[in-house]
Amino acid sequence: MKNLTKTTLACAVSLSAAMSAASALAETQITVATVNNGHMIEMQKLTPAFEKAHPDIKVKWVTLEENILRQNVTQDIANKSGLYDVMTIGMYEAPIWGDRGWLTPVDVSGSYDVDDILPSIRQGLSHEGTLYAAPFYGESSMVMYRKDLVKDAGMTVSDRDSWEHIRDVAAAVHNPDEGVYGICLRGKAGWGDNMALVTTIANSFGARWFDEDWKPQLESKEWKQAVNFYVDLVTKYGPPGSSSNSFNESLALFNEGRCGMWIDATIAASFVTDPAQSKVADQVGFAQSPISATEKGANWLWSWSLAIPAATKKAEAAQTFVRWATSKEYIELVGETNGWAAVPTGTRTSTYENAKFQKAAVFAEAELKAINSADPTDSTLKPSPYVGVQFAAIPEFQAIGTTAGQMISGALSGSMSVDQALKSANVSADRQMRRAKYY
Amino acid sequence: MTLNQQRKFKTFLTGLFAWSVALVLFFPIFWMFITSFKTELQAISVPPALFFEPTLENYVEVQERSDYVKHALNSVITSFGSTILALIIAIPAAYSMAFFPGKRTKDILLWMLSTKMLPAVGVLMPIYLLSRDYGLLDTRAALVIIFTLMNLPIIVWMLFSYFKDLPKEILEAARMDGATPWDEIVKVVLPLSLGAISSTALLSIVLCWNEAFWSLNLTPSDAAPLTAMIASYSSPEGLFWAKLSAASTLACAPIVIFGWFCQKQLVQGLTFGAVK
Repeated sequence: MKNLTKTTLACAVSLSAAMSAASALAETQITVATVNNGHMIEMQKLTPAFEKAHPDIKVKWVTLEENILRQNVTQDIANKSGLYDVMTIGMYEAPIWGDRGWLTPVDVSGSYDVDDILPSIRQGLSHEGTLYAAPFYGESSMVMYRKDLVKDAGMTVSDRDSWEHIRDVAAAVHNPDEGVYGICLRGKAGWGDNMALVTTIANSFGARWFDEDWKPQLESKEWKQAVNFYVDLVTKYGPPGSSSNSFNESLALFNEGRCGMWIDATIAASFVTDPAQSKVADQVGFAQSPISATEKGANWLWSWSLAIPAATKKAEAAQTFVRWATSKEYIELVGETNGWAAVPTGTRTSTYENAKFQKAAVFAEAELKAINSADPTDSTLKPSPYVGVQFAAIPEFQAIGTTAGQMISGALSGSMSVDQALKSANVSADRQMRRAKYY
Repeated sequence: MTLNQQRKFKTFLTGLFAWSVALVLFFPIFWMFITSFKTELQAISVPPALFFEPTLENYVEVQERSDYVKHALNSVITSFGSTILALIIAIPAAYSMAFFPGKRTKDILLWMLSTKMLPAVGVLMPIYLLSRDYGLLDTRAALVIIFTLMNLPIIVWMLFSYFKDLPKEILEAARMDGATPWDEIVKVVLPLSLGAISSTALLSIVLCWNEAFWSLNLTPSDAAPLTAMIASYSSPEGLFWAKLSAASTLACAPIVIFGWFCQKQLVQGLTFGAVK
């Protein structure tokens, strides 16, 4: 009897241990590296819904500041460290890393409605027709303006106004004594900061980063016109210290009612129309970005997207998560849980067709129009060899764009002339391209 | 003005200057603290909102989003662990250089200090690859090793400065009584230097606690200390100052309280050898 009890106990313990081991083996934990912004944080909060639907997958989040995230995921993917199973990347990285074989293509089979993804966004995240990152939210750029101030000044703002008209409106509403500045624009150095905006201005003036032989064109007449115009506009009608301002600084100024106009990411529309964040929420109008010589490349295109590194050993679980987080069903879940004004936008046609979203988001039409009008494969008046609106999707661009950003930010702060800034930027770009053996 | 009045006036001026400097140094911490109780809109308002209804919503958000206890524990383990390890290496090193200096002792000391002049980013890739190959990425062990190496030159220098001021006669007397080098360190040097060692340890802990570069690059997830937690509250698109301030306040609080209780030792450690 004693032996029987011992045997039973041993069997029970073994069975329990085996079951625990089996359960541990069956559960896959994936690590997702992401950037800290509202939509991503909401996704983290809704993760229990995913884990409930997929009890065999657990999600671990690593939230990082944008530049640190970029550095970390680049280190991870280039060195095949395998720290992350899903990583948040932008439209710049997706085609380059896809081309190098660093990313696993997104599984678009079955119920994942890939045709619902906005064409320009899908194109920007693909390489040779293969989607390497699934868009979580997308954005373009547009004009956000104070309807009350513009009306009081006897002016109007419309889609595709000329840059000269925008300057006139800025002059009319500029009232620094009252703490109101005509226009708030990015000035902080960085390829994703001031150069995103400056490149769209340059595009609209007919400029391009490189000619067909990959020779840098920063000293061209069009670049000089565009940058001179930008520096003059911000110096005369922008807030003091503009050379340090980027998205968040301008957002703070606009929400405080201190900007007559602001040209920046369409994602800002949801912040400036939110009464909890903005003092001027009910006075904001939207218009498509200004143009000069051409409409091409006048507004940028960007998307924060989820990608799966080729080195991950949990690709299947990672695919399941990416498909869930970037699906129509996820957008509906956010809409029903947090309200339709809070859904991640700029990715799917169905979002903009949704009546509840249209009602909640006054900026929906303008945002969709801006995103649809941006074409990363045809963003310059003269022919160019690169893909991308506000960047050239080549590995060398980060360094080239950042140097150019520093020079132009220097010109804005008055430490050098525009001609000097463009000359220095061109010399630096030329050196980079030669070193990379483009010519 | 009498001599006594002159003295009083001088004391008053010195006090005023000291208070002014202290207030200037303290102001950013004070501003961070009060910003953590504002809404995001109040946090960015111009002119700054000095009177407002305080809210705890930022602290609630930080508690919801981050595992504070995990990050704090990582900070404690890596800071204290690396400091203990560094002291174990530095005490014998400083002892030998202070009491048995060779021809090259000064050069060695200068060389050790010169390693602090190399920007950390210059050795990022080799250390990242070594950590990857030895399976140390995202582990506390990686940070303990890096922090130990990072602070070792400062710790050796501080202890060396103190040890060389100890009267050599005491050690000679111990030797006469048959003490081995180990006995000299454990039974003579350490008891005489407890103040200096504790203040050096405190400084090392503070430096480790505040380190962000290696924490963010080597341990972004499981082993992430509080500095990595703070960095996760900076946002490229959206207002974040109030939440960031709350996260920073929570991250600073333990070390500020710790420093408050140990300020006497800390000041002693930073000034020993300054006045002879």
